[in-house]
Amino acid sequence: MKNLVVVGNGMVGQRFVEAVRSRDTSGEWRITVLAEEGRPAYDRVRLSAFFDGVSPEELSLHTPDDEVDLRLGEPVVSLDRDRRVAVTGAGEYPYDALVLATGSYPFVPPIDGRDLSGVFVYRTLDDLEAIREFAKGRRTGAVIGGGLLGLEAANALRLLGLSTHVIEFAPRLMPVQVDEAGGAMLRRYVEDLDVKVHTGTATTAIRPRNDGEVHGLTLSNGEWIQADIVVVAAGVRPRDDVARAAGLAVGDRGGILVDGTCQTSDDQIFAIGECAAVDGLCYGLVAPGYAMAEVVADRLLGGQATFPGADLSTKLKLLGVDVASFGDAHGATEGCLDVTFTDPATRVYAKLVLSDDAQTLLGGVLVGDATAYPTLRASVGGPLPGPPLALLAPESEGGGTGAGIAALPGSAQVCSCNAVTKDQIIGAIHEGCTDVGAIKSCTRAGTSCGSCVPMLKQLLAVSGVQMSKALCEHFDHSRQELFEIIRVRGIRTFSQLVVEHGRGRGCDICKPAVASILAALGSGYILDGEQAALQDTNDHFLANIQKDGTYSVVPRIPGGEITPEKLIVIGEVARDFNLYTKITGGQRIDLFGARVEQLPQIWRRLVDAGFESGHAYGKALRTVKSCVGSTWCRYGVQDSVGLAVALELRYRGLRAPHKLKSAVSGCARECAEARSKDFGIIATDNGWNLYVGGNGGFRPRHADLFASDLSTEDLVRLIDRFLMFYIRTADRLQRTAAWIEAMEGGLDHLRAVIVDDSLGVCDELDAAMAQHVGAYEDEWRATIEDPERVRRFTSFVNAPDTPDPSITFEVERGQPVPALGERRPVALGLPTMGARQ
Amino acid sequence: MTDTLTQQWTMICPYNRLEPERGVAALVGGEQVAIFRTFDGSLYAIGNRDPIAGAFVMSRGIVGTRGDAPTVASPLHKQVYDLRTGECLDEPGVSVPVYNVRLRDDMIEISR
Ligand SMILES: Cc1cc2nc3c(=O)[nH]c(=O)nc-3n(C[C@H](O)[C@H](O)[C@H](O)COP(=O)(O)OP(=O)(O)OC[C@H]3O[C@@H](n4cnc5c(N)ncnc54)[C@H](O)[C@@H]3O)c2cc1C
Ligand code: SF4
Ligand code: FES
Repeated sequence: MKNLVVVGNGMVGQRFVEAVRSRDTSGEWRITVLAEEGRPAYDRVRLSAFFDGVSPEELSLHTPDDEVDLRLGEPVVSLDRDRRVAVTGAGEYPYDALVLATGSYPFVPPIDGRDLSGVFVYRTLDDLEAIREFAKGRRTGAVIGGGLLGLEAANALRLLGLSTHVIEFAPRLMPVQVDEAGGAMLRRYVEDLDVKVHTGTATTAIRPRNDGEVHGLTLSNGEWIQADIVVVAAGVRPRDDVARAAGLAVGDRGGILVDGTCQTSDDQIFAIGECAAVDGLCYGLVAPGYAMAEVVADRLLGGQATFPGADLSTKLKLLGVDVASFGDAHGATEGCLDVTFTDPATRVYAKLVLSDDAQTLLGGVLVGDATAYPTLRASVGGPLPGPPLALLAPESEGGGTGAGIAALPGSAQVCSCNAVTKDQIIGAIHEGCTDVGAIKSCTRAGTSCGSCVPMLKQLLAVSGVQMSKALCEHFDHSRQELFEIIRVRGIRTFSQLVVEHGRGRGCDICKPAVASILAALGSGYILDGEQAALQDTNDHFLANIQKDGTYSVVPRIPGGEITPEKLIVIGEVARDFNLYTKITGGQRIDLFGARVEQLPQIWRRLVDAGFESGHAYGKALRTVKSCVGSTWCRYGVQDSVGLAVALELRYRGLRAPHKLKSAVSGCARECAEARSKDFGIIATDNGWNLYVGGNGGFRPRHADLFASDLSTEDLVRLIDRFLMFYIRTADRLQRTAAWIEAMEGGLDHLRAVIVDDSLGVCDELDAAMAQHVGAYEDEWRATIEDPERVRRFTSFVNAPDTPDPSITFEVERGQPVPALGERRPVALGLPTMGARQ
Repeated sequence: MTDTLTQQWTMICPYNRLEPERGVAALVGGEQVAIFRTFDGSLYAIGNRDPIAGAFVMSRGIVGTRGDAPTVASPLHKQVYDLRTGECLDEPGVSVPVYNVRLRDDMIEISR
């Protein structure tokens, strides 16, 4: 095995390691990564999301890999090229090949006061954590630099509650990406957010207060700007220090000089990402860096790839404004023509740069509405995909943005982040990718910035892939469509639905889905009449089936609050029926090992003691977990238990496309883990913050902040609508997180629908929830009070008094557990032994 | 070929004890049998043991169709079985036994 040493575990370094690992099937390279930062690679492009509450863990790009020796917090201090070793403070690492992926460092102009306490840069998660810490209790902030980074930093300060200034030396904001008119439009957006913009002026000094912390800035136009915190975002410079000291060639303007194969002046050493100067040119975007990573990975494994050159197109959402620039945005090509479109009313500015014969698209700038960006960017260098104005006009005026896709040449890059062409995507579709998710995992297109996803959808559509939304072989409709059909046509039974809108007699997929829709639309007891046949066994016996065919019982314990008397009842029931007991993650108690015929007897006891169904068996609201809150906790600012109990009682029994979990924390310390829930609530001094779309499970995800400082009344109204909209529009078995992710427009769209009522459905959603709350009845009480319903609970129809002889228990840690005996599961065609030598 | 004369029929329960598109379990000579009534009123009987999970639960699965075949899905891991033949339609080579079932004077009867 040969030694491969990678210096830097940033975005590009990480992608490089993944690329080598996925190709090096014969184990040619042993990889060591030496990293300066104390945490593994994270998504620097989305760094600013940190201030929207996205946690560092969520930004992580790291996938654990035992075969890679990742050494965090261990920067390379020098290279000994004669001995071929990389030297760190902790030791020496011999290499057969070395890859430098050291990125850039923020450039801080040499002005007085740059070292004062309170002056920061904006590059790493550590920087952002320091900014957030320092900003506490301060009022004003200034950002030096009005480019992409500067505007992101300005937004961060704004979100931290500071009154914010931006100082830009050039005559307009984002001088690199947009032209004069685009810059003017952008400025108006920015100023609307109360960010003060100073262009065409330089910062001459940063001045301290008496205590040595920063006080403000003096500008070359004579102005004084008071600022308690200053962020310098004046551009970046390649990190070529270690390479320089080792005597490697560097570019005229810095950067480690490499050729088209990313090889440095030492043929054992490569440089990729922002630190590399390919033929003298450095690239400050992630896509070219990823392309370089692929080139070197390929070459190290015997391939012949070369760096194809880079697309410097960018699309950003800055302070809520879409800004995109692509190709020759500034019209630098000889004799080129501009077509511009400005609409001060909708604040849209767009410019296309065309070749002198107006036949070829060279580039362009979009500000305010970037829907046309993916199509336009992919068309650069080819014919226009439609008449210019139709392409530029905002969607409302014809929305011609989809028209061009068929006209794109196959070689056009649809996903620039990952360099995936139209041909490659069509290829993937022909090989069986039938949805965006499949295309993503097969080609990587759409996995970075996501701006190409609309194009992926269009390609699926033009390739004739019926994006199969069919629920199963019995219905061609999606769950959402079935919901609308059932609601609008007032259908009350599965039979009517399947006769009129489907075929066959259903299956284990469509029947429970339709049962859930019928239940959500308020058809009462879920086991009456034909509905009984739709439920899967859990709903049918109102309990959770376990691996041995027994069931478990979970009484509702709203908010996790329970009296000693009720605890004793649970204990007595468990003892009398010989049930295994376990505290669940949702602050309830689960009783295992009940046979069907025992269920009504158990529930008779529980109902008499005041318990009701916990719906642990249903795709329904499970639990609203809570911390102890202001009643007891010395940090609590609101009554989290009281709210949790009220919410749980309000939404109990609500049938949904998937289970629903919730939690309430009494202060920002978040002891109830509300952000891992479908809807989570965290108390603030002024009310409640609502988070939506979190879940644990296979792919954990934190909920996103949806609205802040709500009164209880407003909070409940938003949750009502959130849940009802979810129930109406989600796919079968789609948790809220996936539902929001798949929603066009995401969280912003969701906010528009349920806060601003953009679809005009809020009244209906409110009414639907009111109907649910009014009609709720406990399913278990309704069951045990009706002998007909109880009759269903027998093990054997011809021997009602015989318990199922196949169910037996053994004792483990003092409790009954299923005895495996001869019922040990058979392996599904997998050999159980002898497969491995 | 089954010889009707030597066949042993066990009386199980009245027909109306079965809900449409649901099953019940019965004990037949010490064996557990799952009996189903499909939408058109037909009766089917198969072994109650889920051969993949090893638990006696088939009678509690969801009844439906796949193509023309009347089916039941295991309530544990959702593999679908053809009620007519006992074949598992999702896992080739896996099957459950089938039993003869008939209706006499409104009573359901099973034989092996
Ligand atoms: C706020 C912000 C927003 C951005 N937005 C976009 C965007 O929208 N689109 C876009 O394309 N790009 C964007 N970028 C740029 C993008 O993040 C970079 O292009 C990308 O991160 C470059 O990857 P890299 O691996 O080359 O460098 P980095 O990600 O910077 O990684 C380099 C790593 O090497 C480490 N290192 C340096 N020297 C050593 C040493 N001697 N030994 C060990 N380790 C060392 C560094 O600590 C760092 O962790 C943005 C950047 C920022 C800061
Ligand atoms: S979240 Fe706050 S109020 Fe609740 S227990 Fe924790 S510290 Fe106390
Ligand atoms: S263009 Fe960014 S993910 Fe495809």
